[in-house]
Amino acid sequence: MDFLRPASWEEALAAKAEHPTAVPIAGGTDVMVEINFDHRRPEYLMDLNRVGDLSEWEVGEESVRLGASVPYTKIMENLRAELPGLALASHTVASPQIRNRGGVGGNLGTASPAGDAHPALLAAGAEVEVESVRGSRRIPIDEFYKGVKRNALAADELIRAVHVKKADGPQQFSKVGTRNAMVIAVCAFGLALHPRTRTVRTGIGSAAPTPIRARAAEEFLNAALEEGGFWDSGKIVTPSVAKQFADLCAAACNPIDDVRGTASYRRHAVGVMARRTLTWTWESYRGARRLTEGAA
Amino acid sequence: MAANGAPTKITQGSRTKGGIGESTLRPDGTLKVTGEFAYSSDMWHEDMLWGQILRSTVAHAEIVSIDTSEALAMPGVHAVLTYDDLPTDVKNYGLEIQDTPVLAHGKVRHHGEPVAIVAADHPETARRAAAKIKVDYRELPVITDEASATAPDAILVHEGRDDHHAGHVPHPNIVHRQPIVRGDVASARERADVIVEGEYTFGMQDQAFLGPESGLAVPEEDGGVHLYIATQWLHSDLRQIAPVLGLPEDKVRMTLSGVGGAFGGREDLSMQIHACLLALRTGKPVKIVYNRFESFFGHVHRHPAKLHYEHGATRDGKLTHMKCRIVLDGGAYASASPAVVGNASSLSVGPYVIDDVDIEAIALYTNNPPCGAMRGFGAVQACFAYEAQMDKLAAELGMDPVEFRQLNAMEQGTIMPTGQPVDSPAPVAELLRRVKAMPMPPERQWESSEGADVRQLPGGLSNTTHGEGVVRGVGYAVGIKNVGFSEGFDDYSTAKVRMEVVGGEPVVTVHTAMAEVGQGGVTVHAQIARTELGVTQVTINPADTQVGSAGSTSASRQTYVTGGAVKNACELVREKVLEIGRRKFGSYHPAWATAELLLEGGKVVTDGGEVLAGLVDVLEGETVEVEEEWRHRPTEPFDLRTGQGNGHVQYSFAAHRAVVEVDTELGLVKVIELACAQDVGKALNPLSVLGQIQGGTTQGLGVAVMEEIVVDPKTAKVRNPSFTDYLIPTILDTPTIPVDVLELADEHAPYGLRGIGEAPTLSSTPAVLAAIRAATGLELNRTPVRPEHLTGTQLSEG
Repeated sequence: MDFLRPASWEEALAAKAEHPTAVPIAGGTDVMVEINFDHRRPEYLMDLNRVGDLSEWEVGEESVRLGASVPYTKIMENLRAELPGLALASHTVASPQIRNRGGVGGNLGTASPAGDAHPALLAAGAEVEVESVRGSRRIPIDEFYKGVKRNALAADELIRAVHVKKADGPQQFSKVGTRNAMVIAVCAFGLALHPRTRTVRTGIGSAAPTPIRARAAEEFLNAALEEGGFWDSGKIVTPSVAKQFADLCAAACNPIDDVRGTASYRRHAVGVMARRTLTWTWESYRGARRLTEGAA
Repeated sequence: MAANGAPTKITQGSRTKGGIGESTLRPDGTLKVTGEFAYSSDMWHEDMLWGQILRSTVAHAEIVSIDTSEALAMPGVHAVLTYDDLPTDVKNYGLEIQDTPVLAHGKVRHHGEPVAIVAADHPETARRAAAKIKVDYRELPVITDEASATAPDAILVHEGRDDHHAGHVPHPNIVHRQPIVRGDVASARERADVIVEGEYTFGMQDQAFLGPESGLAVPEEDGGVHLYIATQWLHSDLRQIAPVLGLPEDKVRMTLSGVGGAFGGREDLSMQIHACLLALRTGKPVKIVYNRFESFFGHVHRHPAKLHYEHGATRDGKLTHMKCRIVLDGGAYASASPAVVGNASSLSVGPYVIDDVDIEAIALYTNNPPCGAMRGFGAVQACFAYEAQMDKLAAELGMDPVEFRQLNAMEQGTIMPTGQPVDSPAPVAELLRRVKAMPMPPERQWESSEGADVRQLPGGLSNTTHGEGVVRGVGYAVGIKNVGFSEGFDDYSTAKVRMEVVGGEPVVTVHTAMAEVGQGGVTVHAQIARTELGVTQVTINPADTQVGSAGSTSASRQTYVTGGAVKNACELVREKVLEIGRRKFGSYHPAWATAELLLEGGKVVTDGGEVLAGLVDVLEGETVEVEEEWRHRPTEPFDLRTGQGNGHVQYSFAAHRAVVEVDTELGLVKVIELACAQDVGKALNPLSVLGQIQGGTTQGLGVAVMEEIVVDPKTAKVRNPSFTDYLIPTILDTPTIPVDVLELADEHAPYGLRGIGEAPTLSSTPAVLAAIRAATGLELNRTPVRPEHLTGTQLSEG
């Protein structure tokens, strides 16, 4: 195994072009486990830790440009206001030691359906900034996940950053594991309210071959909230609406039985989390509306 | 030269007296917490090679051929050994039945069985070379449960058995069977106003010790070998290793190296013989360290079990009878299965008075992973089932579950189903009373002015509930565990104690072969020596085979048995010291001849407190040393047909109250509190006692809500051999564990002490299960409980 250590982003792109099988490594929290257990023996390993730019973030007008290697700890500490869903998801990643090393780029690169960041990114709305010697492009998050542990990257491309939409409303993230910390998701759910566009977005983890959005559920809820005038009135979402949204989220799943849980449990749990996160986010939205009105 | 990282002497000083009853601190505690302690996996030797084991990828198969040529041809490889390379006619080992091949011969019987071993100059090279060994398997049908094991056409897991259980078992795929019959169940059943039955399942738990199997074998100039090893019983290892190597036992030197936990998982051999074989073959030191994946295949697990129970009771709440059948899955090799059967059957009634019983326990041979010793050893599975039965009976009778248990609780003088009288305190009702009397944790602790604190809720920071669906439940359980090796086993220990003057101070050196696996024996031995010999400085020598056997660090026995041996040796040393004193100074004071003399504060004193001489003066120019074996009261085997016999040394009791909160919609559980009351006889080190009780309680919690090795029933292959998927409790899963310690002396035991390490592991699990049942109203007949069981989603969708 050859170890490549590019000193700059340009060198990294050149190296990746020359060795398309090279596996990039930053925090190493995923890649090193695979190597240590001999599950994976890449011909080339490319250390991106010298590319400083990858560990930085920038808060823009519309979105946050989050370097691929920004550790989860930094997201929790610094971006809770802008990226509340991702901050909540970050908190559920493994242990403090792992959160100090691992970043969203790793989750995206591995593209495991169990990656904790995915549901939050899907719900918030995001674009993955990838680059090769051929040029740079942005892949919408909805088009990024292609199959079990497969993503939309070309062989010569590297993930540079992810542009996540800044929250314009409440966001929630919820994850089921069979212990109270340090656990891989049995399934996970992300929900974001977008009051500016009067839409909701969802993200489901570990309940289908890829991370997915529950589009039918989103469309149903968007219509129900619009028709009922909920965005304006801020009234409580009726239980029947919440239930149908939850059922549609469960129906969006295409889960499997595995050692971590059964398919039917996953489907059931996604429904429960969908209903609860809708309640929580909507309560926050109502609370925020009341505060705004009170101030005005 | 000595191996680096080999254990060194631990000298413990204390400004206080530091005797028994004090919470002196562990000599290895700070080193372990700061990461400086040398575990067996940290050892290093100049010029050493690395060993690697090739394990079977299938559970049951004939080996058609093994081709090692490619592996041998790899640069850096020094040896590749298979069954054909074993040097003597002894090619098997085993704790009780020598049925386990050192390397597979013609057949593999479980997933992960060792087939070949490699030594190379780099661990990676060894691993690569092992992967290049070609093994051609012809797969056989797998035997995975009682039905497949005893089917008319079942393949025999072991052909031609000639072990001492082979003659009395009903089928060759049954390792051992122990019935216990006492009284007249048929007529007692007539008296029952209510009868409850239950079918219970206990999952396969792993010891999950944090220090994986590892050791270093160093060839010696005399043709022997020195093995530095993390184990639970050096002399038991030695007895099994030496014949395979073709060496007399005195040419296999063994030194205990740093043990990172054991819990029963190091009673069987793992890489001991493999490392020695490679060292002797290559003439170089060989180190073997399992990684976590291999560790799951490298040691036995707790027996999974199916238990069928029937209990009857009268309307006024008195138990009438009990019938049970306990089927333990022993996996491919016997390991400790026979003794686990003995425990499961003899303790199957629990700490209750039932005169009429009909009990049967068996262990199967299957192609599942081998199972053997684990903390609680057969008593754990039974306790899970009989405590569920007690709750069912109480509910049926409309009685309070604690009162119902108290009404039937055994006490000193109760006769066990084996006919053995319980001849020391058995405060079962009192332990239940104490645990029930503890203050309850406040309700809805998660509520705060800033909303829900998810850390206090099921799911924790995974943020699954802010209180929705959360229901509290409370459950109780109590258990009984035997202490020490039972059934007529000669369960002795040896201690060598020396007293001399070093640097102008009297110093005691204690040397035993006791495996310190975390239980705190090294602390307790020093405390005993201080108490008995009145010194401050005590040196604990590394455990090795240069001193007689200490027996196993298991069965809650080491403080009792090796502690007893140290106490005994100290008493003999004291006698010799006093003899010297009398010889030297007897003429100066009449008390030397007439008074009861003690050693205290470095001096010889009378029982009236008068100082006769300093130990330094008495010992000047002399060294007193004693090595002596010590035994507890003998036990008897259980009769093979009736199960009668005074089989156990001592009993140990603990009770738990579990308070849980269950997210009933998601099936997630948060254990809020696990209160424990336990009788320890005498707490030699109260802090260590607390640690043992809290640790045992947590291990019991683990198998209640998460810990299980999942074996595919179609292939008998392990599906989750990693800490990613075999979950053990983190600190966020561990509740507060208030402990109420009772000290009722057992007059037969040293200082009145009672072995304590296992009892809390028994009752913790059923208490948690009872609490979850209380919260959900579900029957829950298996452990661990998974979210699927609480939400009715256990079946696959298709």
